[in-house]
Amino acid sequence: MTITEKILSKHIGEHVRPGQLIICPVDGVMATDTTAPLAIKAFESMGGTKVFDPKKCALILDHAVPAPNERIANLHVMMRQFAKEQGIELFDIGEGICHQVMVEQAYVKPGHVFIGADSHTPTYGALSAFACGVGSTDLAATMMTGSIWLKVPESIKIICHGQLQDSVTAKDLILFLVGKITISGATYKAIEFNGEVFENMTLASRMTITNMVAEMGAKAGLISSRGLKLDYSFDDIYIPDANANYSEVYEFDISSLENQIAIPESPDNTVNSSVVAGTKIDYAFIGTCCNGRLEDLQAAAEVLKGHRIPKGVRFLIAPASKKTMMDAMNNGTLQTLMDAGAAILTPGCGPCVGTHQGVPGNNETVISAANRNFRGRMGNPNSNIYLASPAVVAASALAGEIISPSKLKS
Amino acid sequence: MTLHIYGDNIDTDRIIPGKYTKTLDISSLAAHVLEDLDPEFKEKVQPGDILVAGKNFGCGSSREQAPIALKQAGIKTVIAEDFARIFFRNAINIGLPIIEIGPHNIKTDSAIEIDLAQGHVMDTTYNKLYQGTQLPQIMMDILSADGLVNYLRTHQKFKVENQV
Repeated sequence: MTITEKILSKHIGEHVRPGQLIICPVDGVMATDTTAPLAIKAFESMGGTKVFDPKKCALILDHAVPAPNERIANLHVMMRQFAKEQGIELFDIGEGICHQVMVEQAYVKPGHVFIGADSHTPTYGALSAFACGVGSTDLAATMMTGSIWLKVPESIKIICHGQLQDSVTAKDLILFLVGKITISGATYKAIEFNGEVFENMTLASRMTITNMVAEMGAKAGLISSRGLKLDYSFDDIYIPDANANYSEVYEFDISSLENQIAIPESPDNTVNSSVVAGTKIDYAFIGTCCNGRLEDLQAAAEVLKGHRIPKGVRFLIAPASKKTMMDAMNNGTLQTLMDAGAAILTPGCGPCVGTHQGVPGNNETVISAANRNFRGRMGNPNSNIYLASPAVVAASALAGEIISPSKLKS
Repeated sequence: MTLHIYGDNIDTDRIIPGKYTKTLDISSLAAHVLEDLDPEFKEKVQPGDILVAGKNFGCGSSREQAPIALKQAGIKTVIAEDFARIFFRNAINIGLPIIEIGPHNIKTDSAIEIDLAQGHVMDTTYNKLYQGTQLPQIMMDILSADGLVNYLRTHQKFKVENQV
């Protein structure tokens, strides 16, 4: 069996096979300020009175925080009221991005089945959890019944051989893989990442990998919990059986991989950074569920230490969580970034979702450590978004144009 | 009934930009549907029209506001080569029929007949039958109830019959 089949089989108490429709009990559900208001409305319309288990439900304010206008402020009020009535934990403004908070607070653990009303929920596959994104009505139904109907997905295996070069990160690797598999290459399927390069990654880097399975259309994306380090102990090591069936197997040698950039207007338009080096940028952004963690801020700080971003370039940072921000404050990373000219935003999704906080102007070019660059993504259809690793974003902010950190003049 | 035909990988940011999604007033969504892709769409669309697309329709975010915006604008059915998975579930859950028919050559002058239960689309103008994917029974049941809210209000829980 694949890791996905093992987790789902354990949950329903029988041996599942791809294509089978199952009703699966869940270990956790969460929704954000984009999806929860409609979910709460649907929950009530369905005749829901109490959620299946308040301790397994969470609501997070992260997409538009602090509230930019009265309409959204009132949606936040609605979420706080629902959480209070139901006895559900609500992570209020500034606590961080839903996915970061769910992992930090151990709402999701290895082997869990987790349903989130956000498309980047597969991020939790970094911990060998089977986690799917859904919309508001599915979320409401799961909050009410404690289970979800699912089609057991076929799995794709991605094997990477070799080690990444020094300046090449998990983000470069996943951008490369999204480019190869394409934006629809894993639709309806689960992806399993196989190879020491993945198992040896930090939790943060694993999350960058599994985060972007959403950009290949996948239902879930998992890395074996072998080699995983968490700050609590766990017994379950999930590895696929040697004879597990995969619908496709891809193999890559990544030893000579260079920095990767996704050019407008799709995350699978990836090229070596040298192809677009020299493209002028107006605005650099580091943050999001893809790359807003401590190691990402540290990678940027390492590039920027002792330097100053030139006038004409603005640089925004939205830490993935309050914990990330405090850790970065305590170890001096934030000081370095602010000395270099960065503006720090409230922990949350920040400018990535195009609602407020850093909408680009017409004809402006953004280099971003986020996961999506669709037209209009950051709130203005007349701007261009390039996606890259935090180190490449920082180097580009310093140069005013897209550049690999290794090419910066010291 | 007009067919509105678009290409591959129409993402949810193009269907309804994120800046408009944070609302409970779902009727407000129709005013912005597809505005970054086709600014004239909202003027052209009439109740009962059909949207036809290529591959991977609705990729990107989990926002249920995307199928809601299309339904609010009057779209009766979406036909595509295939759909992104969250959009697929969301559309069924809010009672917007969708049908996946693989590669097709439907044109704006095609007269089409849709059989959702059988999973096929007939283009009578060009005399071409597209045999698509049949929806599983649970999705047909949810659609018959005009969405998951009514389905669960009636059944209280999910019913799945296996069919592999």
